[in-house]
Amino acid sequence: MGVKFLEYTLRIGGEAGQGLQTIGGALAKVFSRIGYHVFTHQDYMSRIRGGHNYYQIRFSDQKISASREMVDILLALDLNTIKIARKNVKDGGFILYDSEIAKQKLEEPEFIDIPFRKIALDVGKNSVMANTVATGAALGLLDLGLEALKEILRETFLRKGEEIVQNNIACAEAGYKYALTNCPRCEAFGIREPEEKRRILITGLQAIGVGAIMSGCKFYSAYPMSPSTGIMEYLASRAEEYNLVVEQAEDEIAAINMAIGASFAGVRAMTGTSGGGFALMVEGLSLTGMTETPVVIAEMQRPGPATGFPTRTEQGDLLFILHAGHGEFPRVIFEPGTPKQAFYLTNRAFELAEKYQIPVFIQSDQYLAESEWTFENFGLENLIYNDYRLREEDLKGVTDYKRYKYSSTGISLLAVPGEAGKHLVVADSDEHDEDGHIVEDSETRIKMVHKRLLNKLPLIKKEIEAPLLYGDSSPKIVLVGHGSTYGVIKEVVDTISKDKKVAMLHFSQIYPLPELEMFDYIGLLENADLTICIENNATGQFAKLLKAETGFGFSHQISKYDGRPFTIENLKEELNAYI
Amino acid sequence: MPTSEEYKGQIPAWCPGCGNFQILSAIKQALVELGIEPWEVLVVSGIGQAGKLPHYIKCHTFNGLHGRTLPVATAAKLANHSLHVIAVAGDGDCYGEGGNHFLHAIRRNPNISMFVHNNQVYGLTKGQASPTTAEGTYTTIQPYGVLQESMNPLAMAISQNCSFVARGFAGDQEHLKELMKAAITHRGFALLDILQPCVTFNKINTFKWYRDRVYKLGDDYDPYDHIKAFEKSLEWGDKIPNGIFYKYERDVFEERIPAIQEKPLVRQKFSPEEVKHEIEKFY
Repeated sequence: MGVKFLEYTLRIGGEAGQGLQTIGGALAKVFSRIGYHVFTHQDYMSRIRGGHNYYQIRFSDQKISASREMVDILLALDLNTIKIARKNVKDGGFILYDSEIAKQKLEEPEFIDIPFRKIALDVGKNSVMANTVATGAALGLLDLGLEALKEILRETFLRKGEEIVQNNIACAEAGYKYALTNCPRCEAFGIREPEEKRRILITGLQAIGVGAIMSGCKFYSAYPMSPSTGIMEYLASRAEEYNLVVEQAEDEIAAINMAIGASFAGVRAMTGTSGGGFALMVEGLSLTGMTETPVVIAEMQRPGPATGFPTRTEQGDLLFILHAGHGEFPRVIFEPGTPKQAFYLTNRAFELAEKYQIPVFIQSDQYLAESEWTFENFGLENLIYNDYRLREEDLKGVTDYKRYKYSSTGISLLAVPGEAGKHLVVADSDEHDEDGHIVEDSETRIKMVHKRLLNKLPLIKKEIEAPLLYGDSSPKIVLVGHGSTYGVIKEVVDTISKDKKVAMLHFSQIYPLPELEMFDYIGLLENADLTICIENNATGQFAKLLKAETGFGFSHQISKYDGRPFTIENLKEELNAYI
Repeated sequence: MPTSEEYKGQIPAWCPGCGNFQILSAIKQALVELGIEPWEVLVVSGIGQAGKLPHYIKCHTFNGLHGRTLPVATAAKLANHSLHVIAVAGDGDCYGEGGNHFLHAIRRNPNISMFVHNNQVYGLTKGQASPTTAEGTYTTIQPYGVLQESMNPLAMAISQNCSFVARGFAGDQEHLKELMKAAITHRGFALLDILQPCVTFNKINTFKWYRDRVYKLGDDYDPYDHIKAFEKSLEWGDKIPNGIFYKYERDVFEERIPAIQEKPLVRQKFSPEEVKHEIEKFY
């Protein structure tokens, strides 16, 4: 057994509107810039002020990919946080609070009373800076130095002027010193300096946005809906730099129809939403199928039905996304397990959408959407960009252009209207002939079903990559997951693999299911004693999909449907019933 | 210069005598007279009898979903603003199913024309009430007569400062053609509501019914007076005015979007190498 690796979990709790994201975001950046691996996740209520929210940061000198139930440090910005989260503080952990804000002095040894507000007023001349004091205090407790935080404060407040920057830095220093000198037990942390390394700190939403920009997406239309809005916010913030058109549609119906209109007119287009908004897009999805218009759709799931839990997480839309849309047409569904996969799969989504002229989904959820991860790189060398759209010079020699010309692959030439010389591009939601005009005869219908669906399906299936096997190569226990459960299953496999032949089988390209010729994952499952499908939904939707498509049934299923992600502790506890 | 023959498309599947035929002829004539070539025009339509129109012209066509004409047309214009974009829909399509998009297209003010074949009835689904059917009209599924007040699309558009609001009549093809030319050359979102008799399902608003009532707004009418235009748009009954009701010079949507000021989005070359530095911002 190797040396026990260093890892700490810090939770910042308080009311909505108290600035948890600012503190959490700054600390996550600090840990990442110092050289640690970082994983954060957010738990918040659907309200702008009040309630109880938290931002949890785990950092380590080893790769990490999930959250823990128990924390080392609780930074409580209100008394309610102490009441709710005290039970989550490990023995020997600390609770940082301000007795003036809590209106209560707490004497137990884990409490460290730091006058956030008083220091902010004394040093920064403004109680708003209490958050900066608290951020400095958290770092002081760990004695990790202030340089990285100072740099981040400078970046954050640059636009507000040098005085604000200096006052914030002074507040951070004061908080840092106060925590350091008033924490008699803090040497207990004994934090080692990490190996210095540059790392990307990024959320799932940002990774999808970066993937879209690097894939040549030029048009994004959406209607705001948690937890998908971050993609639009990110792209809007980059619109000027990369010449993007980002349009807030009047509803999700308009959003997908706009993406279709832009794509038809010749640019790579994308839309994004969550379950309820996607329900409105379903008719438009079918339109992409009939008109063979490439569109990428991000569906960031949250718990339903109806409004459900607007700010929480679930994998409850898998079968909905799979079956959505009237009529029969091809589609591809990707469900990334990490931001790096989200980036890679967004790039593949644009490639496949345009190559096959089909809708491609990035299906994810609030947990991955808003969790931050660190990576040394994003594998930019794997980025692909093939422009399948045809312009005048590409169509030299084509005398009689037909938008829906029959072909053995089902793929017809995708000309850009207005840029293809005198060739006319006619697209129709009615059944149509090769020219795109309305028809009603059965012969053309059959040929068109072959063209847009049956001829394409086997080719699309060949594009889908094998699931990831992590752990033992001939396992007796296989933990199967899809999408955002990747990180937690991987860490659990690490902890139980010492004395068990265990592996994770993770699917991030979930439809069509990967072919068995390249990797017989069904054979692998059949050879195991225990196969457990782990899902963040109530009915085991992926297990149903696998059963329907391959006939394989899992020996056990673990479902979590309380709107919260699996943590390492609660997944292990669930597994204890079987292992 | 294009000719009318070049714009000849498929054989229409409309009822004989339908008001759509005059609308079709007027569009072709308008495009020919404006010197616009077929490959410079995109006609976006929805579903309904009007939705079939682009198939009967030769031009770029996107015949999409019922009610969804304007989002497709708006985005196509944003992607390639060098195209002339015309949206074509019926009264059910534009004012009913697509009512929300209509409202927001007025707000955005893209440089596209919206031609609404307003026959005050659902033709393709065989005779049900549309948003513009007169209150009290009996249909197969409105046995007590239509219980809603009919919608006034012109008044609505004018109230929202739509940058061009006009009404024409299929029975006066020459005037309609001129209105179409004015709408196409107008910079901004141009609504042209077209009174179109449905010879099969609307036995009230017939060619004769309209001919007895329509008159043209005179040369002394000032389309730049907002309040007067609104007042004029309320006139409906024994007298029905046609012509350009309202004009308002507003900034055009696609001219306000920085990304497409230098050239259309569709002509902007992309290379992944030029954007890879984006990842540096996350270190």
